[in-house]
Amino acid sequence: QQQHEDLSTKKLRLTKPSKSAALHVDLCKATSPADALQYLLQFTRKPVEVESVEGVVRILLEHYYKENDASVRLKIASLLGLLSKTAGFSPDCIMDDAINTLQNEKSHQVLAQLLDTLLVIGTKLTENLPVRMRLVEVACKHLTDSSHGVRNKCLQLIGCLGPVEKGLAKEGENQAAKDVQKIIGDHFNDQDPRVRTAAIKAMLQLHERGLKLHQAIYSQACKLLADDYEQVRSAAVQLIWVLSQLYPESIVPIPSSNEEIRLVDDAFGKICHMVSDGSWVVRVQAAKLLGSMQQVSSHFLEQTLDKKLMSDLRRKRTAHERAKELYSSGEFSSGRKWGDDAPKEEIDTGAVNLIESGACGAFVHGLEDEMYEVRIAAVEALCMLAQSSPSFAEKCLDFLVDMFNDEIEEVRLQSIHTMRKISNNITLREDQLDTVLAVLEDSSRDIREALHELLCCTNVSTKEGIHLALVELLKNLTKYPTDRESIWKCLKFLGSRHPTLVLPLVPELLSTHPFFDTPEPDMDDPAYIAVLVLIFNAAKSCPTMPALFSDHTFRHYAYLRDSLSHLVPPLRLPGRKLVSSPVSPTIIPHEDPSQQFLHQSLERVYNLQHLDPQGIQELLEFTIRDLQRLGELQSELAGMADFTATYLRCQLLLVKALQEKLWNVAAPLYLKQNALASAAAKQILEETYKMEFMYSGVEGRQVVIIHHMRLQAKALQLIVTARTTRGVEPLFGMCEKFLQEVDSFQRCFISELPHMQGSFVDKLLDLMPRLVTSKPSEVVKILQTTLRQSTFLHLPLPEQLHKATANIIEPTGESDNPLRFTSGLVVALDVDATLEHVQDPQGTIKVQVLYPDGQAQLIHPKPADFRNPGPGRHRLITQVYLSHTAWTEPCQIEVRLLLAYNSNRSKASTKIPKSAWNESLEALPPSENGIEGTIPFSKPVKVYIMPKPARR
Amino acid sequence: DVGRSCILVSIAGKNVMLDCGMHMGYNDDRRFPDFSYITQNGRLTDFLDCVIISHFHLDHCGALPYFSEMVGYDRPIYMTHPTKAICPILLEDYRKITVDKKGETNFFTSQMIKDCMKKVVAVHLHQTVQVDEELEIKAYYAGHVLGAAMFQIKVGCESVVYTGDYNMTPDRHLGAAWIDKCRPDLLITESTYATTIRDSKRCRERDFLKKVHETVERGGKVLIPVFALGRAQELCILLETFWERMNLKAPIYFSTGLTEKANHYYKLFITWTNQKIRKTFVQRNMFEFKHIKAFDRAFADNPGPMVVFATPGMLHAGQSLQIFRKWAGNEKNMVIMPGYCVQGTVGHKILSGQRKLEMEGRQILEVKMQVEYMSFSAHADAKGIMQLIRQAEPRNVLLVHGEAKKMEFLKQKIEQEFHVSCYMPANGETTTILTNPSIPVDISLGLLKRETAIGLLPDAKKPKLMHGTLMMKDNSFRLVSPEQALKELGLTEHQLRFTCRVHIQDPRKEHETVLRVYNHLKGQDYSVQHLPDGSITVESILIQATAHSEDQGTKVLLVSWTYQDEELGSYLTSLLKKGLPQSTA
Repeated sequence: QQQHEDLSTKKLRLTKPSKSAALHVDLCKATSPADALQYLLQFTRKPVEVESVEGVVRILLEHYYKENDASVRLKIASLLGLLSKTAGFSPDCIMDDAINTLQNEKSHQVLAQLLDTLLVIGTKLTENLPVRMRLVEVACKHLTDSSHGVRNKCLQLIGCLGPVEKGLAKEGENQAAKDVQKIIGDHFNDQDPRVRTAAIKAMLQLHERGLKLHQAIYSQACKLLADDYEQVRSAAVQLIWVLSQLYPESIVPIPSSNEEIRLVDDAFGKICHMVSDGSWVVRVQAAKLLGSMQQVSSHFLEQTLDKKLMSDLRRKRTAHERAKELYSSGEFSSGRKWGDDAPKEEIDTGAVNLIESGACGAFVHGLEDEMYEVRIAAVEALCMLAQSSPSFAEKCLDFLVDMFNDEIEEVRLQSIHTMRKISNNITLREDQLDTVLAVLEDSSRDIREALHELLCCTNVSTKEGIHLALVELLKNLTKYPTDRESIWKCLKFLGSRHPTLVLPLVPELLSTHPFFDTPEPDMDDPAYIAVLVLIFNAAKSCPTMPALFSDHTFRHYAYLRDSLSHLVPPLRLPGRKLVSSPVSPTIIPHEDPSQQFLHQSLERVYNLQHLDPQGIQELLEFTIRDLQRLGELQSELAGMADFTATYLRCQLLLVKALQEKLWNVAAPLYLKQNALASAAAKQILEETYKMEFMYSGVEGRQVVIIHHMRLQAKALQLIVTARTTRGVEPLFGMCEKFLQEVDSFQRCFISELPHMQGSFVDKLLDLMPRLVTSKPSEVVKILQTTLRQSTFLHLPLPEQLHKATANIIEPTGESDNPLRFTSGLVVALDVDATLEHVQDPQGTIKVQVLYPDGQAQLIHPKPADFRNPGPGRHRLITQVYLSHTAWTEPCQIEVRLLLAYNSNRSKASTKIPKSAWNESLEALPPSENGIEGTIPFSKPVKVYIMPKPARR
Repeated sequence: DVGRSCILVSIAGKNVMLDCGMHMGYNDDRRFPDFSYITQNGRLTDFLDCVIISHFHLDHCGALPYFSEMVGYDRPIYMTHPTKAICPILLEDYRKITVDKKGETNFFTSQMIKDCMKKVVAVHLHQTVQVDEELEIKAYYAGHVLGAAMFQIKVGCESVVYTGDYNMTPDRHLGAAWIDKCRPDLLITESTYATTIRDSKRCRERDFLKKVHETVERGGKVLIPVFALGRAQELCILLETFWERMNLKAPIYFSTGLTEKANHYYKLFITWTNQKIRKTFVQRNMFEFKHIKAFDRAFADNPGPMVVFATPGMLHAGQSLQIFRKWAGNEKNMVIMPGYCVQGTVGHKILSGQRKLEMEGRQILEVKMQVEYMSFSAHADAKGIMQLIRQAEPRNVLLVHGEAKKMEFLKQKIEQEFHVSCYMPANGETTTILTNPSIPVDISLGLLKRETAIGLLPDAKKPKLMHGTLMMKDNSFRLVSPEQALKELGLTEHQLRFTCRVHIQDPRKEHETVLRVYNHLKGQDYSVQHLPDGSITVESILIQATAHSEDQGTKVLLVSWTYQDEELGSYLTSLLKKGLPQSTA
């Protein structure tokens, strides 16, 4: 014991931190390996400061040499690795020791762990070439180890640290590091599959780090494709893919014949072959990689879709071919007869190759695979290849259409999306369209909406096709009325893309008759609107069409143009003025009148600063009203108008609260005035949070103004509190806090301050030295006057501003049937909502459930519940679990969406330069700036529920 | 030949019978395999080590009660759990038709089926079952029907894989067959579709659904005649999911009886189905049909659209024919034949386009309803067979369960592409396949370590040379070090030395000659030592020089080495024979 303490004191002198000493003492005390292990484990739980890392490492090493038990050594080795990861610690000082330890180590596991440590050290010192070379050399030496774990680690180390730079590699005179590729390549034939995998991975690692792999590896990699182990095959497929991208044009011989083909084609064939591998992991890998091989020759590519059918040795046509033939012969969709698929010509038995080395039918197999992961990968690959090759796109269409009937919804969805992506290259045949349209009846909303999107950008070849599409869409509409908007939008694009095909259909669609007047259709019928949307959009580029319209059609046009302006385009109608405001070319788009109006009204507000308070109030009220109306009329400007209106409202509240008359009244009336002012302050605060977080496109300049407004509100709050509370004690704290806030405001927005001449904060900062020294009551007085005298800040508008909105589609809140469930158990409520212009919905959107007893429940939806159907749009489909104790009668609960915010994450804090932030922020308590809260931003929906008492 | 599958395999002294099927086409003795073929005298129990049944189709298990109870066999019968569950239902049904309907006697009884089933041992997928000390079997998934399995039979290092019927493309309720790279000596595979490469299933499925959907929308009725098990379930799942997806309301009926029991088992054996059903069963068991209800005779007259699955599949009798009669007159209705129909049945007639049918009682039935043919087959096609062979990498392939002409083609292809020999024996024919068994030899760890330490890296792909003594003792093989062998056998070690004399013309003194030789050899990278007694050792080889007794100018070099150092010794001799370099000294 005595001796141990001596040792520890000695160590204390060497490395000053006490931590290492404590560890040392602990380790010395340890009587058995288990004890030592326990100490080490405890030690691991605590972080080690950068300065003491080296000392700790020395002590660990010392024990390492003394230790007989392999498990303790293993732990020490792993600790060394952990420690050298410590940020700010440079591990070159311990490298030599670590390498030394390797030499005498007998246990394979410890060796592997030590190599792992070296890898950590090496990755921290990537810049240091000699160190890396040395490590690689060490690794090469241990490659002959008999344990797979050690060899694994060695290869990994070589892969991560091996020299990549060409010139430098030659310099290294030591033969070990000379040709890393060869060393790794030698282990492709290792007896252990794990080592083989590690070798391939190391090779891939080298490639990722920028080393150009030799082409000679290709043949080695090809052999590995037939390996017994799936990890090896999977890695080999990757390696082959890499090589095919590196040397696409090289020529490789085909074995067993004299022919030669391009390497990329050969690799493509080989990877295609792997699509029918025994292991699905490999199949997924292969199918995925196929998509990114775009240099493949087209005839190879087309083979992937060709599976030569035969029946009793006679050539048979595929159903796809038959469908095509039927279509081209003019007959459409005949009933199937028995023997319709009777095989035709005889096949030369010698010519049939059942297992082609080529790409034959790879996608046919991939799309038919048992595992949906493989099928999805295959669809994705098809998509990528089709995007780069129009002819291939045309060919793969049949297969994609077939995938619309897959049993897994994800696969169906994926194939619909794929089709949409390649729709520029293709025109749908009628029979294909028929199959596509059949999916419109799918009960999944996602599928239907994806399909509508697809139809938006599809090319249809005939007028029958258009008709068919319309009929099916209308059928869809009757079956699922909620799809209305989506269907209208779809028809809008369908119409504008195919005006000439719609033209001959118009009389039929409008059911006009040359001689008789037909009854006027119901204007509110969604189906009729759908037809009109199609026709009007077609008419836009087809001037002869309006001649076919009957009178009521024109009336309906005028109505729809007004009510559904985003769906109905302006038309040039004969004998009428254009209904919408004429868009003459002289007006530059951004100067369109409504925008002008917006700016003018704002100018007016900003210019008239020195009016009497009454006038200001009135003007503000008018402007706010104008803006709100504008937002309703012009949906593009809604965000902008709302934003400014909110700002003006804040200003209005502030002005009202500060009216001198109120503040001068006698004490008994304080109460009323206080209530008003504090309510105003509170509302302003809320509104500023809304402004900051609910709009997308808010820039730094706006954030300053918003924060400034918030500061004013806080000042107001302070004043109100000062006037109502007796005693000075609580005020001290509040004043200090407020001044801190002013301070941080100044720090955050220092660059913006010059723009804020004459504003509240500007004046406040001038008075700052006085404020800091004066008493709270004086501070309050100063604040009050500054607040009243300060000018009104001009709110600059950003280019684009959108308000985040949410709309709960489901539950609709109309049901009278209560949702019954046993109390104490849970019931799942499906919530379906659309979100627009919400940034990072996964992090911010919450669902709130309010029970009648005032109990509120906040639910964080899973990230997977959010879908992203388009830019700026999100869709939340989630399940909310409700539970409550038993009620006597059904009652309504409220469900709403909340937008969570955290002022720490605000745009302001991300904007300031790092250096200025770091030094100052550390001093501030973290909670000071981190105000978290939620903004309700959807209409609450009421759901009728009834928890029944549990039956006994 | 299709039907009556029964294969006898003798492997390393063990006899295994694979499948025990009946033939649908015969009603006499030919319907069952000829078991007297196995052994003329003596009981089957003594001869066969086990019986394996691949799946529950009657042409693979139909003769089982006859075989085990009437002919007599008492050893275990192996099959998978679903097969064990469903097999007796089918056997019972078969018995009922033969005995009760056709009035045959001398047939197995219900009790016999029960007794037979008691002998069955159920196995799990990928479970290795030790039949006895040497014989082990292992089941792999085969698709085809619920519970169908491929079996690997292994004795020592020899193995056979029997596929039974299998399907390499997944369908709506079952997955694809899969086997690991087990490299059997022989793969016995079915070859029903030896000359066919099939189109993708999706087109057929889509067509089928479209047809049904259109008819139902028109308000028509759809009749689908099916056999009770297998395809019927696939079609049910197909329609059920389609109804679910498309939100359809028209009722679907399934004629009751046999199928209900079978459906029950489909519900139980979820692990044997495909990925989709396995994944969704936590929420809902796909075989608990929401839209498919049991059929009642009276429903056929209900107005409105409906879909009915009815047995039997070829419209030759029973419920399906009754319904067909009722609905045939309306052109809105449709009948879909999901499989092949034998000549002479109503099914075959309407498929070949006959529109007027003569029913019993001279009635003429005019068929106005639409007739559709839709084939769904669950056998592997030529490509699938090749794929399985590629997966398993057998050394020999044997084709069964197919037509000879077609098999010929496939055989040729297999030989051409995999370079393995392929056989296609006719019924009753025996094929003998030579295997190349490897014999395991025990080696003592010490020796192994010592020997591996000598060479470079161990390399799996290359054979490695080792020194040791092979001892064959008490029916076991051991490789031991020579010393141990000597010790165990009680022998003394003898040393074998080679000596060789080399004459060198050298007039100098002996020790000078020795010195020259020493200098000459020193250049080589062996450890060369000059011993004080005037001799030289190179590693363990001794070289001595003496003057020739007659001619002093000639020195005789005596080179002596043990036989272990043969290589070095002969090298040195040849080196010395070339003479010493002319030294300048």
